[in-house]
Amino acid sequence: MSLHLSAVVEERGLDVDLEVAEGETLAVLGPNGAGKSTVLAVAAGLLRPDRGRVVLDGRELTGRTAWVAPHDRRVALMAQEPLLFPHLGVLDNVAFGPRSTGANRRTSHDAARRWLAEVDAADLADRRPGQLSGGQAQRVAVARALAAEPRLLLLDEPLSALDVAVLPALRQTLKRVLAGRTTLLVTHDVLDALLLADRVVVLEGGRIAEAGPTADVLERPRSAFAARIAGLNMVSGAWRDGVVDGIRGIAIDPAPVDGDQVVAVFRPSAVSVFRSSPGGSPRNALAVTVTELEPRGDQVRVRAGHLAADLTVQAAAELDLAPGSEVVFAVKASEVAVYRR
Amino acid sequence: MIPRWIYAPAALGAAFLLLPLVAIVARVEWTDFFTLITSEASKDALWLSLRTSAVATLLCLLLGTPMAMVLARTSFPGQGVLRSLVLLPLVLPPVVGGVALLYTFGRRGLLGDELEVLGIQVAFSTTAVVLAQTFVATPFLVVSLEGALRTAGLRYEVVAASLGAAPTTVFRRVTLPLVLPGLVSGAVLSFARALGEFGATVTFAGSLQGVTRTLPLEIYRLRETDVDAAVALSLVLVVVAVLVIGFAGRPGRSLG
Amino acid sequence: MRWPLLPLLLLLPLTACGGDDGASRTLTVYAAASLTASFEEIAEEFEAEHDGVDVELSFGGSSDLVTQIQGGAPADVFASADGATMTELVDDDLAAAAPQDFATNTLEIVVPSDNPAGIASLQDLARPGLNLVVCAPEVPCGAAAQQVAGNAGVALSPVSEEQSVTDVLAKVSSGEADAGLVYVTDVRAAGDDVGGITFPEAAEVVNTYPIAPVDGSDEPDLATEFVRFVLGDTGQGVLAGFGFGQP
Repeated sequence: MSLHLSAVVEERGLDVDLEVAEGETLAVLGPNGAGKSTVLAVAAGLLRPDRGRVVLDGRELTGRTAWVAPHDRRVALMAQEPLLFPHLGVLDNVAFGPRSTGANRRTSHDAARRWLAEVDAADLADRRPGQLSGGQAQRVAVARALAAEPRLLLLDEPLSALDVAVLPALRQTLKRVLAGRTTLLVTHDVLDALLLADRVVVLEGGRIAEAGPTADVLERPRSAFAARIAGLNMVSGAWRDGVVDGIRGIAIDPAPVDGDQVVAVFRPSAVSVFRSSPGGSPRNALAVTVTELEPRGDQVRVRAGHLAADLTVQAAAELDLAPGSEVVFAVKASEVAVYRR
Repeated sequence: MIPRWIYAPAALGAAFLLLPLVAIVARVEWTDFFTLITSEASKDALWLSLRTSAVATLLCLLLGTPMAMVLARTSFPGQGVLRSLVLLPLVLPPVVGGVALLYTFGRRGLLGDELEVLGIQVAFSTTAVVLAQTFVATPFLVVSLEGALRTAGLRYEVVAASLGAAPTTVFRRVTLPLVLPGLVSGAVLSFARALGEFGATVTFAGSLQGVTRTLPLEIYRLRETDVDAAVALSLVLVVVAVLVIGFAGRPGRSLG
Repeated sequence: MRWPLLPLLLLLPLTACGGDDGASRTLTVYAAASLTASFEEIAEEFEAEHDGVDVELSFGGSSDLVTQIQGGAPADVFASADGATMTELVDDDLAAAAPQDFATNTLEIVVPSDNPAGIASLQDLARPGLNLVVCAPEVPCGAAAQQVAGNAGVALSPVSEEQSVTDVLAKVSSGEADAGLVYVTDVRAAGDDVGGITFPEAAEVVNTYPIAPVDGSDEPDLATEFVRFVLGDTGQGVLAGFGFGQP
């Protein structure tokens, strides 16, 4: 077990307990204010929790009495912005970690060149931070964090401030360098989670709402947030007589029994929209009010509260939909997966 | 976009500030100017002023930088009060500062006995001039640097620590370079303030050529007997001050 | 900005201007700073004898005062601490009548009240390591000190040459200086904080105070009257009480 972190921070309503295995990347997902950044601050030693422990590779960093200063933790932090030191060149920025921990100038410069090459930024070595684009600067920031040879890497939404054009390449680079590294990755981007993380935890209101391998969580979300970023409709409630909150679906093993708390999940594309109830069909019918229409290529996503339906542009036009329209969302029971929370 | 009428009071204000300088320039006896400012007493005063102000600025840096760090980077009960007290010399009449210094470092002052045991006599010495200048100039450095530190924020320091840099390394390799423009302009302001210091010096240090009689004291002395020399030296002080302020007015070039 | 009030603080020292009205006649007397206490008393006596007359006193260094009068300051009478300064006024045709000497003053050694250095004579002032403070040679009391020491063949090496008697006294009374050279009247005025030590050599350098009405006064008669009053019994009595000698 590489990282074990448990923390209660009453001021911010945080109460979590999580583990990251050696070499594993754990994505921490959750809405704004869920406590993701607080978790990173606890791990980095920037915040002392009211109760809790941080143990990295068997070394207690934070504990009831134990306290290791941030610079002694071998925990490197990378934020949304690259934060390259403006008074140092790129090479000296990357060499900063080795220099600070006692390596001489030459050794640390050699290490810096190696890590710059590792992130495909060897050609930037002689630039000033001010001469870099956002994507280049973030590449250098990755190299700088890695050059410090941390035992744990903390990434705080590392890609969210970047231009979409440079995202795929940088994501690939991150995927390559994160392989085999113990990493905590805070993100709200499902693609980051899918591509970079082995497992995810979803934080809601300072608590862990769910945790598991990335693919499982995105395919079978149990929290509203996970369902939303996975682009799935979710209804939750108690399971009774094959129905949850008025929706009939297919129960998935392990099959729930009456009274179990379950979620019913279905894709927006499985939803049909009617002006009035279709009647007499085997479908689930939900009377809803349209809140938003969102064009997506040749489709329109029709949102009604926390539910969504995908229609063709033509179908949406024929239905004459607008926010406020009273409609019926219909979905076949066979399209609805029901499983325990 | 500013209202047009504002130019009128602005021009009035500028005239109010600049006219006295013009008056000094107009009053200078140019034919004797060089002779006047190169008299033995004038050269002694100028040289003494530059020397003491430089040492005072150094002391400001050594004492003011840590104070600015503590004020900008920590929080503790009573910090606001402490800040106000530390900055008091900014608004205190310098002569009050001189009296206070006298009762601190003077022979019969708070530390008088201790200093006497060590064989140090502060009053009437060049040391007293430097102390007076440091006393009135340090707050300029603290204000300037604390502002720069707060603007720079903690983010770079947090990153540096996470890369393994101990607090001292962070301070030396990240914090100080980041606030260098603020540090430089604070030091320049302190130097200018030290150069112009009069009230605390005359109260605390006395006035003796080459030892404690700085340029402002020399001008004050000459004003009664040799007005032409006083005016000429005033102009020298104005020129030095303009150079200093001009230098301080170029912020943040180093970070390009 | 963290210091929103700073510009306002800078405005605080604006002087509050005011003046009293009511008194029907005002006489403005410019007098050397060393005359402060004695002239305040003389002015009171003068007002007591002259109904409806208000004497306004302005004290300062004699040369400062002459500069102000030359610049048009509304002085009716000028009392100087030395003849040379009065001559400046006369040379500018600003004296309404010939100056008259009204008081003399001699130097005295001033020491902190406990006299820590044990000073007893003028010769003691030349002792090495002594913190001696004198007036700058440009100031009357400094010129007198130089002359006295020169006559007596005593080499003084002061630690500070102050701009005024007040500055010398402040340094002695605070105990920073072991001794200073000021006028007899200054020592008397300084009270218990300092002690005075007379020395025979002082008699050789006598400082004489002249007084004259100022030309262009609105109250020429009252000005002449005031000069006569200072020279008269009441004025001389008050001056003697403060340690001044008679010319």
